Amino acid sequence: MAISGLAISDRRLAGEMPATLARVTAEQWLDAARRVHETGGRLVALWGADRRDDGGAFSIHAAYAGSDGLAILELPVAEEEETYPDLSAIFPCAARMQRAVHDLLGLVAQGAADLRPWLRHGAWRANEFPLRREFDPEAYRANAFEAYPFVRVAGDGVHEIPVGPIHAGVIEPGHFRFSVVGEKVLRLEERFGFAHKGIDRRFADFTVAEGYRLAGRCCGDSTVAYAWAYAQAAEALLEVAAPPRAKWLRGLMLEAERIANHLGDLGALGNDGGFGFALAQFSRLREDWLRLCDEAFGHRLMMDRVVPGGVAADVGDAIRASIAARSEAIEREARTLRDIFDEHSGLQDRFITAGRVTPETARLLGLIGLAGRASGQALDLRVDFPAEPYTRLAVKKAGHAGGDVAARVRVRFEELLESLRLVREIAASLPEGATRVELPHPAAGAFGVGWVEGWRGEVLVAIEAGEGGRIRRAHAHDPSWQNWPVVEHAIMGNIVPDFPLINKSFNLAYSGTDG
Amino acid sequence: MIPILLKILRTGVVTEKAPAAREEWRTRAAEIDAQILRLLGRALVIREVDAGSCNACELEVNALANPYYNIEGMGIKLTASPRHADLLLVTGPVAKNMEEPLRAAYEAMPAPKLVVALGDCAKDGGIFGASYATCGGASKVLPVDVTVPGCPPPPLAILEGILAAVALRKP
Repeated sequence: MAISGLAISDRRLAGEMPATLARVTAEQWLDAARRVHETGGRLVALWGADRRDDGGAFSIHAAYAGSDGLAILELPVAEEEETYPDLSAIFPCAARMQRAVHDLLGLVAQGAADLRPWLRHGAWRANEFPLRREFDPEAYRANAFEAYPFVRVAGDGVHEIPVGPIHAGVIEPGHFRFSVVGEKVLRLEERFGFAHKGIDRRFADFTVAEGYRLAGRCCGDSTVAYAWAYAQAAEALLEVAAPPRAKWLRGLMLEAERIANHLGDLGALGNDGGFGFALAQFSRLREDWLRLCDEAFGHRLMMDRVVPGGVAADVGDAIRASIAARSEAIEREARTLRDIFDEHSGLQDRFITAGRVTPETARLLGLIGLAGRASGQALDLRVDFPAEPYTRLAVKKAGHAGGDVAARVRVRFEELLESLRLVREIAASLPEGATRVELPHPAAGAFGVGWVEGWRGEVLVAIEAGEGGRIRRAHAHDPSWQNWPVVEHAIMGNIVPDFPLINKSFNLAYSGTDG
Repeated sequence: MIPILLKILRTGVVTEKAPAAREEWRTRAAEIDAQILRLLGRALVIREVDAGSCNACELEVNALANPYYNIEGMGIKLTASPRHADLLLVTGPVAKNMEEPLRAAYEAMPAPKLVVALGDCAKDGGIFGASYATCGGASKVLPVDVTVPGCPPPPLAILEGILAAVALRKP
């Protein structure tokens, strides 16, 4: 995208998604952020790289989205400086991403209010940086578990409730520190990074052709979205295009993933509202759907089925008919269950007004994805920047302004029903032809980006090729980076027992952001 | 209330129409149920700990609670407190940042402390391997009784792994 009024020489990147890349100075870095902000754009992702072996400097990258696509800016950071201008004063969501960049690469966002570690809990020393070339990822290091300075809330009757990293249910690890008076939450502070697996560093052990397997394991519930974003990025840097049938099969899998997640979460939301019936019903439908996915693609979650150059699965006529029949059956049941939800006063009492994020707060904090669409932020890449097959599907964008659990449940139902329609349409109009193309050898230094609307929100993957077909640097971004800080606001003033319900209504990723 | 009751009534029929694997599954479920009773003499309580998985294993563990697998009906319960747990179900390559919490959960369990490493990551680190950020599998941190491969292992494989661990300790 073009950033209005900014004199930089950008180049259009190859690939399915509209994107530009430009190198900027520190002044332009800040100027660009302000201009993007003024024109209603958003910060999509932020990451750093060690380029000292190629140009003699580090670099920090920001991906912005505006009305005409992505603009990726790259700011070289000299080795002796190790700083770049803070973006969090303009885009609050930058704060944690900048802290993660520091933990992994040692670059400091100058002027940022919060410089506490984020991913580094003590497994590596404060003066070691895993993304630097000299860092040996396999060297033995004592695991130190450093204390973390939480923000303290003082006052009469205020006490803290620490929760996690291990939670009560079968969910991902993370820590929530509640400061409460009686049952009322004054403040929630999240502390994550527990699932940090060193993915950004690990990418460099893979070739561009193979890295999709790692990308598909950043966040298991969104494996299709990640693998597709990775494939888009790889195809962009290789300057190849997947065949039409592969693109439609990717769409089929992405919508199937959305359906599976919405079915699971709608059941869990009912359950968290004290309505066990909903969990029994929706978990049954989810299982029906996963078994169909297994039959159709050979894997219940469709892992490793989207690959650079196409897809590693194909569906025949019998499966297409099963998809049509099963999606119709689930749609009928989902409509009945929606009526039951709507008419259940006890459930609605829990949903309505709980965890409200007003459209204004959502806009200020940069809420995106399905949670954004429940708070008046009408963003959906499938509609705003459609890639095939969405160019031909006329996806109906869900949207509500209520911003509470009820609105997020409504968006879930709408998107579930829309995706059930989409899988039928895709199955009916799947183009004939090949499902995969041969990949050329990547040129060292080639760069590509992928950007996909997963069920939770937009997933971005950027890849830079190195020597010998390997990945020099790859970064995968989860929409939960933007949305987790908003959960801290959503809970304020609510009561502690409503937190599981409110949290589930967002259902954000831990592993996806911990990396 | 009437629509809910109607839905429950109608769903009963749907359960009867479950996939072809149902009969086989019922047999295995009954078998597992009998074995748990024979081996433990009581129900089995499991504490699941995500030690840095991608969350796919969690999705499949949660699937065990759906009406098809219905593990609670077989006397298997997932618990919040490790102090109530017979068995620790570990997923993920054991992120270094989860090493201490995982140990603490294990320490809090009463004997016999069965441990099942679930999925390729818990087996040996999987695609993440052993690195500055990961321990490279549950056995690097805890004594593991049974390892269930898969990425992620499907629900039936998880159940079979749990049973294998139960059978190991009390022949």
